[in-house]
Amino acid sequence: MQMHIVHWVLIAAVLVYIGLRLIPGKGWKIAPAYLRVVLLCAAAFLTLTPFVWLICSAFKDKTSMMDCMFLPPMSQWFGEGGKLTLDNFRTLLFREYNSSEGPVYFYEYIVNSLFLACAITSINIFLSSMAGYALAKYRFKGRNVILFLMLGSMMFPSMLFLAPIFKMVFKFGWMDSYLALIVPGAITVFGIFLFRQAMVGVPNSLMESARVDGASEFRIYWEITLPLVRPITAAFCLISFLGTWNAFLQPQLFIQTQSKLPLPVVLNQFIGMYVQEYGVFLAGTLLAIIPPAILFFVLQKEFVAGLTSGATKG
Amino acid sequence: MSANIKKSNGGPDRHPVAPWMFLAPYLLFAAFFFVYPLVYAAWLAFHQTDGPNTAVFVGFSNFTFIFTDPRFYKALSNTTIYAIASIVIQLPIALGLAMLLNSSASRMKGAFRLMIFSPNLVGQIFVGAMFTVIFTPHYGLFNKGLDALIGWGLEKQWLQDPHLLLPGLIIISLWMYVGYNMIYFLAGLQSVDKQLLEAAQIDGANGWQTFLHITIPQIKPIAIFVVIMSTIGSYQLFELPFALMKGQGFGPGDSALTIVGYLYDWGFRNGDLGAAAAIGWILAAIIFVISILQLKVTRAYEVD
Repeated sequence: MQMHIVHWVLIAAVLVYIGLRLIPGKGWKIAPAYLRVVLLCAAAFLTLTPFVWLICSAFKDKTSMMDCMFLPPMSQWFGEGGKLTLDNFRTLLFREYNSSEGPVYFYEYIVNSLFLACAITSINIFLSSMAGYALAKYRFKGRNVILFLMLGSMMFPSMLFLAPIFKMVFKFGWMDSYLALIVPGAITVFGIFLFRQAMVGVPNSLMESARVDGASEFRIYWEITLPLVRPITAAFCLISFLGTWNAFLQPQLFIQTQSKLPLPVVLNQFIGMYVQEYGVFLAGTLLAIIPPAILFFVLQKEFVAGLTSGATKG
Repeated sequence: MSANIKKSNGGPDRHPVAPWMFLAPYLLFAAFFFVYPLVYAAWLAFHQTDGPNTAVFVGFSNFTFIFTDPRFYKALSNTTIYAIASIVIQLPIALGLAMLLNSSASRMKGAFRLMIFSPNLVGQIFVGAMFTVIFTPHYGLFNKGLDALIGWGLEKQWLQDPHLLLPGLIIISLWMYVGYNMIYFLAGLQSVDKQLLEAAQIDGANGWQTFLHITIPQIKPIAIFVVIMSTIGSYQLFELPFALMKGQGFGPGDSALTIVGYLYDWGFRNGDLGAAAAIGWILAAIIFVISILQLKVTRAYEVD
């Protein structure tokens, strides 16, 4: 086994730790914190390496793919015989895929994914929050029945519904239409519970005074309660967007026209198609990961809060 | 004055119609996409179809076929091994990472949390696409890294060797989900009663004792939740192996076949939606039984 740079780094880290433990007082106190940081750095390193690799691979041309794991030595980056290249992206974005309906460009798939994710997420937020609001803020006959129904629906795996919904989509004439994806995805019970949880915490007094002022029930929901649960809305928006963006099975089953396909289905096709030029499909994967990453970056605080609010309280 | 008091007396109870208006979309949705498909799935399970148009009544033969099909048992064993490995390998690591994070300064905490969680953002198909290249024998990132670190594994064919496919899947899923589970554990750790911890420290308990007798019991609810969620999720694994096998088959000797993969194969490669429905019911039953068992086992522990 050859000594690799990683070995040296590990040995150095261990030596520093031992050194710290030996220093009485301050050194000894910092040692646990230091160890923690080292371990976390190791975990982060292992986690991020595939991403770094992905970014590097997207810019390498076919010949240098196997030469170096990440990036070639700096001298070889640009200029004559430059190993860093945008060719993968050029191929990806400008080569047309000749489907039976005519040429299709890669950007169309991005647009499809964006459209589906935005449409389904916004509809979902609207309808789920409405239902959650009703369950949180009203006492009415049949409320427990509905809660029971919702809990019950969560007990069945979604795969059970795949076959019947497939048949239904066929019967409704929704095959090859985005309706097959949007309508069955319009509401999620998870979303309803999330909003219900959040809205229970909104003080009823606010609603009362709005009622006294003559506001309609819908206005109370829309203009008072909903804005107050913005963090949960942000968290749910992210969860829903991610789920839709990354969805593969339903689009693959229900959409046949190449130009309507969202990114996951297309990338799956590419794995088989671009066996030799994997720089190209890795570039595609990179592009496919970026929009959700941006959204997550913007909404991450709310996301974590939203994820765990359901678990710790209930 | 009195008029106002009368009005505000109404409150939510005075609006019998409003909640139903708000719930109407969900109720409509549930009728069409939960109740009806559920009944339909029950009906389908006793039929055989050739594509979405036909349906022939076949009684129990879907079920008898599935239970005597060695491929089903292969799928079952693959999925179960994967689920168990996910719990046994992933969760302790997630808990460990959460504990490391819990004691960290908040800015570092946020950064590390984001980094370790980031693989979860990537859809299973995209992850699969990446790993078809990462797992390349001799030249791939993983094999080279493994070889550099421990001098082993350069030639391992994670995607072609039937004995290595499942471990490969487990490794990928560790990368994807450890951050997700870590976040749940972190939330659980933050709700541990600090006073108990301090009392233990005063009493002279060392780190390990504190962990065993205070931390673990306090995070038990979250841990149970995570275990059950992890199991349910693991049993529905499909897209990752599908992408790794490039959408063709399920690996040499069906070594990447999962229960849902089996369902997909029957329902949408062979077109038999009846069989797919039957498999769906079997999957539901399996998940149900296992969840009940897990709850029973952990409740038995609590009496301790």
